[in-house]
Amino acid sequence: MIRGPMIRVIKPGLLTTVQDLGRRGFAHLGVSPGGAADSISFRIANLLVGNDLNAPALEITLLGPTLEFEVEATIALSGHGTSASSPISLPMTEAFEVAAGTILAVGPLSAGARAYLAIRGGLVIPEMMHSSSTFLPVKIGGLQGRALQSGDELMIGKRTQGSFRKLSPVVAASLWPYQGPIRVTRSIQTDWFNHETVERFNRQPFTVTEQSNRSGLRLAGEPILASHRGELLSEGVALGAVQVPPNGQPIILFVDQQTTGGYPKIANVIAADLPCVGQLRPRDEIRFQSVKIPEAIELLRQQERALHEAFAS
Amino acid sequence: MRIAPASDSALFISFGDSISLETHRRVVSLFHAVERLRDRRIRNLHPAYTSLLIDFDPLHLTHEQLESLVAPLILQSLPSNLESSGLIEIPVCYDREFAPDLAAVAQHSLLTEEQVIATHAGGDYFVYFLGFSPGFAYLGGLAGQLHVPRLVTPRKQVTAGSVGIAGAQTGIYPNSSAGGWQLIGRTPLRMFDASTTPPSRLQPGDHVRFRRIDRGEFDRLARQQEWGR
Repeated sequence: MIRGPMIRVIKPGLLTTVQDLGRRGFAHLGVSPGGAADSISFRIANLLVGNDLNAPALEITLLGPTLEFEVEATIALSGHGTSASSPISLPMTEAFEVAAGTILAVGPLSAGARAYLAIRGGLVIPEMMHSSSTFLPVKIGGLQGRALQSGDELMIGKRTQGSFRKLSPVVAASLWPYQGPIRVTRSIQTDWFNHETVERFNRQPFTVTEQSNRSGLRLAGEPILASHRGELLSEGVALGAVQVPPNGQPIILFVDQQTTGGYPKIANVIAADLPCVGQLRPRDEIRFQSVKIPEAIELLRQQERALHEAFAS
Repeated sequence: MRIAPASDSALFISFGDSISLETHRRVVSLFHAVERLRDRRIRNLHPAYTSLLIDFDPLHLTHEQLESLVAPLILQSLPSNLESSGLIEIPVCYDREFAPDLAAVAQHSLLTEEQVIATHAGGDYFVYFLGFSPGFAYLGGLAGQLHVPRLVTPRKQVTAGSVGIAGAQTGIYPNSSAGGWQLIGRTPLRMFDASTTPPSRLQPGDHVRFRRIDRGEFDRLARQQEWGR
């Protein structure tokens, strides 16, 4: 068997997984969409190295891996921070070459929770249910369903669709991390909460707790209590649903989410702000802001347009 | 019936708010009809007891357009045959170490712990749908005395195989995950294995019974499961 060009994992980093844009069409089996927690940074990384948008890449969490390149490669890092590295600073949001034999240490991320490392050609990872994304809770996808470990070998593929791309800095600025409140629309049980409680939910600060991961972000704050009492029959839940258990501490259901659930949902994060949720760290303070659905769709359109234009020139 | 946006990318359609086979037939029938559309703009379908959540691409479809797509399907939908041939027996050990909420359930239901176990193990259950986590089967048929609320604070980690109850439903956590149901036992069986076809041990339409086992049999069956891998 011919062995492809390899990248050896010297140190895995805090939690580095293989991701793509996720799996769709299996929610009726209880399988969540998964995929990159910040789909914008993920796509930017792939675009920078001229890959197809869905090519498998590495999702880095807070502290990056140390990788040894057996062959010359072109790579790009993308996330919310401006640097990642030790001892030398690595460029972010820009493709660069690494020579054969290079040991690349991606250090702590300077901002945000996640960054993506795309390699020109993408990683060769078998698909499981139409996706290469690692789904840790069930140990499927990615590298045997788990995070990277020291000694793993990653093979570089051929999933390019053009030459390297440069991000236009002016347009990039409009894409750059949105820092405002997380915008939400109403959800199915918003009326289980009285008007004052919904108002307060949209005004008060919440802290992202350590009990947060790709399945959900558990928040802490002044309790949000439902005025309606009752046990809900479990029902389908949308990505970004903000469910509130009786303890009044909201949980944002995220990419590795449960597909159904029975706690009431007070709100739902808009699609355009899901990538920002993927960049939240434990102890970050957040606020919510209520918007109407047409505004949410318009924000998503603007975001997609900006991403497209950033690479147009 | 209620149709409402669940998010900017999802439409929620509900036929009622209590578990009945009649209502569920309408859900299953609509689920299959929407699946047959093979519309690329529809990304995911989440059927449940009385409702269907449709996740779609909001850049290419609006809630209103989706509503007009599914409205005729709701009217046309014929009652689905839900029954499958399967009667599946699941061994469950109700020992204390696997049943952290047994005492609370007994207290809530005004039964002894033994009565809770006997009632749960004596029931006939029906798989309505799969959801929550891969291979999680939502079972209807739980005796009225055992209807208890979900936990005030969901656990961050529930061990795979845990048997829980919440409201009118019971189920088995197939994978280690967060969970808010009250736990009263554990099965040694693997409920989901992505390398088998179908990957889920329980399928919608199956009939399920629980068989009470002791700790010795639990360990024996757990070892067999390991060898079988």
